[in-house]
Amino acid sequence: MADDGIGAPLTRKEDRRFLIGRGQYTDDINRPHQTYAAFVRSPHAHATIRGVNTEAAEKAPGVVAVLTGKEMADDGIGNLICGWMIHSKDGEPMKVGAHAPMSHETVRHVGERVAIVVAETLSEARDAAELVDVDYDVHEACVSTEAATSDGQPLVHAEIPNNLAFDWELGDKAATDAAFENAHHITSLDIVNNRLVPNAIEPRAAIGEYDIGSEDLTLYTTSQNPHVARLVLSAFIGIGAEHNLRVIAPDVGGGFGSKIYIYPEEIACLWASKKVARPVKWTGERSESFMTDAHARDHVTKAELALDSEGKMIGLRVDSFANVGAYLSLFASVTPTYLHGTLLAGQYTIPNIYVNIKAVYTHTVPVDAYRGAGRPEATYIVERAAEIAARELGIDPAELRRRNFIQPDQFPYQTPVALTYDSGNYPEILSKALEVSGYADFPQRRAESEARGKLRGIGFSSYVEACGIAPSATIGALGAGVGLWESAKIRFNATGNVMVYTGAHSHGQGHETVFAQLISTHLGIPTDHVEIVHGDTEKTPMGMGTYGSRSLAVGGSAIVKAAEKIIAKGTKIAAHLLEASEADIEFKDGAFTVAGTDRTKTIQEVAFAAYVPHNYPEDVEPGLEETAFYDPANFTYPSGTHVCEVEVDPDTGVVEIVSFTAVDDFGNIINPMIVEGQVHGGLTQGIGQAMLENCVYDDDGSLITGSYMDYCMPRADNLPTFKVANIETPCPHNPLGAKGCGEAGAIGSPPSVINAVTDAIGTEMQMPATPERVWQALQSKTAAVAAE
Amino acid sequence: MAVSVSLTVNTKSVARDVEPRTLLVEFLREELGLTGTHVGCDTSQCGACTVHVDGKSVKACTMLAVQVDGSSVTTIEGLAPSLEDLHPMQAAFRDNHGLQCGFCTPGMIMSAVDLLQNNPDPSEQEVREWLEGNICRCTGYHNIVKSVLDAAGRMRAQQQAAE
Repeated sequence: MADDGIGAPLTRKEDRRFLIGRGQYTDDINRPHQTYAAFVRSPHAHATIRGVNTEAAEKAPGVVAVLTGKEMADDGIGNLICGWMIHSKDGEPMKVGAHAPMSHETVRHVGERVAIVVAETLSEARDAAELVDVDYDVHEACVSTEAATSDGQPLVHAEIPNNLAFDWELGDKAATDAAFENAHHITSLDIVNNRLVPNAIEPRAAIGEYDIGSEDLTLYTTSQNPHVARLVLSAFIGIGAEHNLRVIAPDVGGGFGSKIYIYPEEIACLWASKKVARPVKWTGERSESFMTDAHARDHVTKAELALDSEGKMIGLRVDSFANVGAYLSLFASVTPTYLHGTLLAGQYTIPNIYVNIKAVYTHTVPVDAYRGAGRPEATYIVERAAEIAARELGIDPAELRRRNFIQPDQFPYQTPVALTYDSGNYPEILSKALEVSGYADFPQRRAESEARGKLRGIGFSSYVEACGIAPSATIGALGAGVGLWESAKIRFNATGNVMVYTGAHSHGQGHETVFAQLISTHLGIPTDHVEIVHGDTEKTPMGMGTYGSRSLAVGGSAIVKAAEKIIAKGTKIAAHLLEASEADIEFKDGAFTVAGTDRTKTIQEVAFAAYVPHNYPEDVEPGLEETAFYDPANFTYPSGTHVCEVEVDPDTGVVEIVSFTAVDDFGNIINPMIVEGQVHGGLTQGIGQAMLENCVYDDDGSLITGSYMDYCMPRADNLPTFKVANIETPCPHNPLGAKGCGEAGAIGSPPSVINAVTDAIGTEMQMPATPERVWQALQSKTAAVAAE
Repeated sequence: MAVSVSLTVNTKSVARDVEPRTLLVEFLREELGLTGTHVGCDTSQCGACTVHVDGKSVKACTMLAVQVDGSSVTTIEGLAPSLEDLHPMQAAFRDNHGLQCGFCTPGMIMSAVDLLQNNPDPSEQEVREWLEGNICRCTGYHNIVKSVLDAAGRMRAQQQAAE
């Protein structure tokens, strides 16, 4: 058995090119006769465009073309779409405001595009963009998530009353209200789930290239899902027919959800390349990323948890405003609904849950899925409520969770909010987390901190999430405009090595290694002899891309299915070569053997025979190449418990995370090294939300946090070394038993941090727990105590 | 009005006429095609563009190309001792899974190499504080810090073996 297969902590095949500076990201690509684009962007959050004067810009040195939103609309370029239909509780379909890739009538957020300037050099394009004179009639902006639906607020889309995109509900309201009437205790909390900017370190970039000979279009872009981009660009934007359009997503420098979406800049580059008949390249600056990448979270919530006298949770009510920004982005409607409301049972047997989400338009950049997508917001509600309830009832927070856990023998478990959890062992995870975090000794550590004048706190979070959302028919019934299967094609070369073409896309996740490990285990080909191909619509079968922690559970399962087809065909060929019956052939460790004999053919020999079919079965086609499409039977349900321990300096409000423990259940693990890395990264994004990151618009809709000077990214000295452990309860419905690990860290960690901080300071506060906010919370508490 | 600059880049002599406003990072990427040096921000915060100028780590977005006239610049492409071998820092990043998407990696490595030039045996806290000027969104820094500490051990052992 090869030692580089499933379970091996193999170092990554893709690393070499990145380590020596030979990765190829979109901005590293330059095309012959290329031009450069700069965008003219609105400095106003809400304005009517009276006119756009391009005269001076057109005369500027090096300028090839200045193209406006009006010209784009006149060319019949379509609007951006939202890909998931949500219906309000009254049955009305969601209200979608038209989203033109470049505006020519109204601008609705700072940074919205008005014109594209194409020039011979980047400097010339930027210089000329400053000469475009846009005459704006500036209006008041609607910015507040909570106030957006109030009377008198400026309307983002004139035809959409009260800025309300939809008013969605899930759960049995009457039963939940009844549970609250019988409650022994009700815990109430107000939550601001702070707005975030995803901030992949590679800014978005695009090169549009039109071939006037073939009339084909090629888009090089920073995408997590090139096939989805091609589909939307052809079917809805109308930039070109799908068979004339190639989308290449080369090395991509992080995505975290923000590179799922089809962005206006890509559309404009493709369109402009047709107009100027030359390649058009745009590379975003970080300030453009802040202004135009889809933002995240931004919920304002009132939540109530009802408990009986034993501390059993008997009801949960959630009432939230979810800010969707100025336009409904591609998956903006599903994020606060089916990826959020459905997770509100958490790990618990809460029998009655009711959630109401009002999605509101504001004059801010669109908000969409970002690492966790709805599940962090749900987890934050449930896990903050659990912790506060435990404090109010005087029950140990670990014990309160334990009393309410869904038990291992209760799976599959139907929650009151639509999902059927497939597997898990929540009590075991908690026990392990208590052990790894040294919970039993916490009182001593707290006393030791106190002796030094510091406040020590500990906080828990026991999360469950849903990944690899599927099957396609189910999500279609819930409003999805797409299917969420994945594809894989395995090609044996005649010399016995292997190409795997996947519809998933790797932008840091390590697919080139992990998928090769699947081939090692399932087909016996060492990973060094396997090449994983992804990110090019012309090379790979139609695929749905990478997001929602789906690539292994869905894309990896497709590879296993394709491998099974390879083995089935190889068995026929081997039977012929070995002059045996198919039924007697066994496949193991890369060889076909006649059972009970030493007569054997390696899979490489079989592959050679398939391409040089001189001695070959009559009823079998030549070649050894198989494709599979895999549509899962259910979501997968990773879970875990995170324990955060902090020390607070009461004089400065500075919070230090002194210990962070994550015990997770991702089902079977293919490469433990990579899984651990995914956890570290997710935890850091969650800790960033809880401690540092906060996107702020002022009342006029100006983006106050528009750079790394104002938006605090987690840095190496903000973080501890993490303690990470796993348990493995396999997913019962996919061939790998894998659940997905990409988002868990960002989902589980934020409430654990705030639970720890509030435990330390003894009063409530909202994220992020910056020194100033912590200090203010301590001052308010002191003042309140003095007033008593 | 173009200005002449001549310098050494990755041990090779280079001479070019550049616009005075050309940043060092633009010069490396666009003029010389050394695209391993990345641009991740516009406020000199992210450190993805870190290179060595006369042996010291510098954010290449904060220098003009004309300022490096007569200097010696090393980029990520010039760090490894040969086409086949990796620098111990590069090897440590690979062995400790110190990179995911790879975009911040060249800057992170160039910065970390400079740390070890100044402090061959740093503590974990010293590594974390030194790397404060390099932002990574993927790894949570855990494995980057581990990689740098591992590289420090490897380089000290190399040094001892050489002595």
